[in-house]
Amino acid sequence: MTTARAAAFPQPPPAATREAYGPALVKLAEAGHDIVALDADLSASTGGNKLAGSFPDRWFTVGAAEANMISIAAGLASTGKTVYAASFAVFMPGHCFDQIRVHIAQQRMNVKLIASHGGISVGEDGASAQAIEDLALMTSLPGMNVVVPCDSVEADAMICRAAEDVEPWYIRLGRPKLPVVYTEGRHFELGAADQLRDGNDVTLIACGLMVEPTIRAADVLAQEGIGARVLNMATIKPLDEQAVIQAAHETGAIVCAEEHNVIGGLGSAVARTLARHCPAPMEQVGIEDRFGQSGPWTALLQEYGLTAESVVAAAKRAIARK
Amino acid sequence: MTTSAAPAADAEALLDVCKRIRRHIVEMTHAAQSGHPGGSLSATEIFAALYFGGVARHDPADPQWERRDRVILSKGHATPVVYATLAEAGYFSTDLIPTFRSLGTELQGHVVRNKPPGVEMSGGALGMGLSFAVGVALGHQLSGFAEDEGQIFVVVGDGELNEGQNWEAIMSASHFGLHRITAILDRNHFQNDGAGDEIMRIDPVGDKWAAFGWGVQHVDGHDVAAVRDALLTARARADAPQVVICKTVKGRGVSFMAENPAGWHGKGPSDDQLAQALDEIEAGLS
Ligand SMILES: Cc1ncc(C[n+]2csc(CCOP(=O)(O)OP(=O)(O)O)c2C)c(N)n1
Repeated sequence: MTTARAAAFPQPPPAATREAYGPALVKLAEAGHDIVALDADLSASTGGNKLAGSFPDRWFTVGAAEANMISIAAGLASTGKTVYAASFAVFMPGHCFDQIRVHIAQQRMNVKLIASHGGISVGEDGASAQAIEDLALMTSLPGMNVVVPCDSVEADAMICRAAEDVEPWYIRLGRPKLPVVYTEGRHFELGAADQLRDGNDVTLIACGLMVEPTIRAADVLAQEGIGARVLNMATIKPLDEQAVIQAAHETGAIVCAEEHNVIGGLGSAVARTLARHCPAPMEQVGIEDRFGQSGPWTALLQEYGLTAESVVAAAKRAIARK
Repeated sequence: MTTSAAPAADAEALLDVCKRIRRHIVEMTHAAQSGHPGGSLSATEIFAALYFGGVARHDPADPQWERRDRVILSKGHATPVVYATLAEAGYFSTDLIPTFRSLGTELQGHVVRNKPPGVEMSGGALGMGLSFAVGVALGHQLSGFAEDEGQIFVVVGDGELNEGQNWEAIMSASHFGLHRITAILDRNHFQNDGAGDEIMRIDPVGDKWAAFGWGVQHVDGHDVAAVRDALLTARARADAPQVVICKTVKGRGVSFMAENPAGWHGKGPSDDQLAQALDEIEAGLS
């Protein structure tokens, strides 16, 4: 367990989760990992081009051609390389789902999909650029590990951890600069929820950029005498079912918060676990089955109800249904 | 009156329209502090020729006119040139332009069908426009349109041609004999990450298109009269799909953008840069 936001440590400046990618690649290459990184004409935004600086022969851009990139990645992986392939979450999986399905997932290739600009927090580019369905697509693939970091520290830990095994991973990163949650560092364990707060009245389960507002929601609830447990569910798949079951038994009410359609993401995975093992009232904070649109990202989070206030309200609704 | 082309502007008027479109492009991306000025400025003459050169038959008062020509932006990030042109053509008030990319606006970051009226296809994911055009052309054929009705003009980016779907569409357009389709390539030699020749070579792009059975024309994409003439020629051809390859400069009309196209793919100018850009556009420097 890691303590979040300890006062003893100075608060690092906000950083986007995507900012972790380039430096992590360089670190891995320097540590001697046999990695190759691919980009598809978005390398300045993913940060993948950072590898080209010190390891030019280890980085390729294929142009705007995501389907081509994914099958190339699979071919490279078949020669024993650990392959990182990066694009935006709308284009990967959006533009190359079948290539991911057959060449990466069915062949169980050692390819780490780095999907930047996930969610509506992309902002002004609007609906076509905002992935609200990528977690649904990726969690539906057998054998795919699906993770969503809540800050740049956790993103770095995940990207490095992914190099330690030979399975396919989908790592969803984001565009906006976020406050750092893991100020003391993060030991990331695949498939393990990280409890950030304890409480017995309700459990708030969040991932990605909803983790920090969810911690704030727990603070607000605490002031009203409501004890909220907070779980950072950074691994959507394989889901930490034990943590969910325990939360249901011990707190009796669940809230899931995510920057994704309420259909097919973290909330759906948790609901499936609850329904099978320990039915309990559950509420969702997420995108209510509509596409995104243009606007400043903070205004969009308000518009779509992805806020601490929404989590507080959802917690009260869940508790009332006990 | 919905059955003929809008009267074509004369040569001088076309140059003036180009200036107005360019002005809107830099003002819009300045107001939003985001958006894609480079690939909009490179396509300015293309849009001016289509809408003001008597090429596309359309009616701003009746955007849904069934037998209209359709102009499709496949490189769907270049919305500034589309919104500027549609506003100038009378599809909506230029007052809307400063709302570009703000919450609740009709003027979304990437094209959204019918938002505002006149936008024919949603986009933003590269590579889809030519396939959509194949569907529209098949539909127009089935509807029994006359040979010169319901033409389809598709503006494609050169970086966009990296996407394989384009070549599937190019193959099917000639296979189905869809002469109504005219592709217009904004050949500005830059894409998101920089120079296309370094990222993914597409040359000899004209020969490739020709090998797929299309008629090919090459034209200076900033000579608006030449672009208009090439498009009118393509429009009149009824034997095969046509492509007009427009040699362009990304950021054309604004010196600091044209000199550094890689830096101006997707961002808005500052206050000072806007002032300089407006001056240069007014002076017609390039
Ligand atoms: C499928 C897909 N992949 C990636 C992108 C990201 N992207 C936006 S614009 C662009 C470059 C496009 O280059 P080009 O077609 O030459 O446009 P222009 O330079 O004329 O603006 C890229 C890769 C996208 N929009 N769609």
